[in-house]
Amino acid sequence: MTRTVTAPLDDVAVKSLRAGEQVLLTGRIYTARDAAHQRLFEAMQKGEPLPLPLAGQVIYYVGPAPAKSGAAIGPAGPTTSGRMDPYTLPLLERGVAGLIGKGSRSEEVKRALVRHTAVYFAAVGGAAALLARQILSSRIIAYDDLMSEAIRELEVERFPLFVINDCHGGDAYQAARKAYRNPAGKSHTSSK
Amino acid sequence: MRTVDVGDVREAVAALLRQAAHSLPDDYLAAMRRAQGEEVSPTGQQVIDLLLENAAYAETETIPTCQDTGMAILFVEVGQDVHFSGGTIDNALQEATRDAYADLRKSVVNDPLLRVNSGDNTPALIHWEIVAGDGLKVSALQKGFGAELMSRVQMFPPAVGIDGVRSFVLETVEQAGPNACPPLIVGAGIGGSLDTVGIAAKKALLRPIGSENPVPHLAELEEELLEAINSLGIGPQGLGGAVTALAVHVETLATHIAALPMAVNLNCSAPRRATLEL
Repeated sequence: MTRTVTAPLDDVAVKSLRAGEQVLLTGRIYTARDAAHQRLFEAMQKGEPLPLPLAGQVIYYVGPAPAKSGAAIGPAGPTTSGRMDPYTLPLLERGVAGLIGKGSRSEEVKRALVRHTAVYFAAVGGAAALLARQILSSRIIAYDDLMSEAIRELEVERFPLFVINDCHGGDAYQAARKAYRNPAGKSHTSSK
Repeated sequence: MRTVDVGDVREAVAALLRQAAHSLPDDYLAAMRRAQGEEVSPTGQQVIDLLLENAAYAETETIPTCQDTGMAILFVEVGQDVHFSGGTIDNALQEATRDAYADLRKSVVNDPLLRVNSGDNTPALIHWEIVAGDGLKVSALQKGFGAELMSRVQMFPPAVGIDGVRSFVLETVEQAGPNACPPLIVGAGIGGSLDTVGIAAKKALLRPIGSENPVPHLAELEEELLEAINSLGIGPQGLGGAVTALAVHVETLATHIAALPMAVNLNCSAPRRATLEL
């Protein structure tokens, strides 16, 4: 039975998560991708107030497709997290506890996750239509001129995630590649 | 001489793009079902199941399979006996893109440095080819840029040879890791020049999965590369496993005696692709 964790996250929850584990996330999270990160970063540098709370919060790297009428949100799968690496440290310093995206993080971000007791999750890229079903509500709270890149507050229920980088230094991508790499250069599959 | 009304082209291409957004190609779905049986990692199998379920759900609900509905990339083959009426064909294809993306995500910025959204997902990127006859064929890719960002192009000297080609393809996939949303389709362009090698790699992504390269030594290279890629251990979504790629497609071009240009264009596990002939 996959366990459920609740957003915002507290330290106890973050510390309990282990790289490679699957969890279901329920609660309130915020969206931000490239352009929103750039604006947040500039605002933090200038010491300006930010349009979202950070302490204990979870940020989801997503730019949803338009919603069909009656739907809470359009397809909403993760975008590549590494592009947010240059903006991530000041967010973790201000207490952001969870990040959701897909793909590898920089060594600097991984170390910062340990230092600030935070966790990086991956959602399945390309499963955007199914993931949107786990989002109950969506409301733009800032930067609406950025269209799909605006900051949204989402209410998610049992949103399926993999723990990739935990606050203990665990790295699920590296462990997985090591476990399945075939040094003989022979594929596991018989397929051509 | 055959006269084609560009209004008809606009309507047909808009319908093609709408359809491609929520309906993944049959050859891809068949390859994923085969991959289900070949994947050795339980997590990998779970990811493949989820992606197949997502594809079916998106099709039933007529919603995009992936939120990144991409940049519209159109390969257009125009018969030299075609005469277009009612406006310019280029404009009709841009209008078709605008029409189709009214309900899809707008992911294009006009200026790569100022980065303001164009608001309607135009411009589509169009590659023209004049061919014999009076037909019109439009092949569309809605290219997600997670995989595009991990693609690479490089000019090599001829001395790197086939070993250099193999290494470049493998390194590209290895560096992409989980970022490009595996299981991947790998398009490799070899030869030509700086400009054309990238187009060749992209064109390789149009080929249906499971189709054999008609050139024997390239068919062999594709098979060899697929096996090497699938021994890297990256697996579906980079969570480990034996299915990192579903296919490797190689396109070659004549090149200069001084160079061996290489491009690797990766396509993700939501490879939106469709073709129409008018």
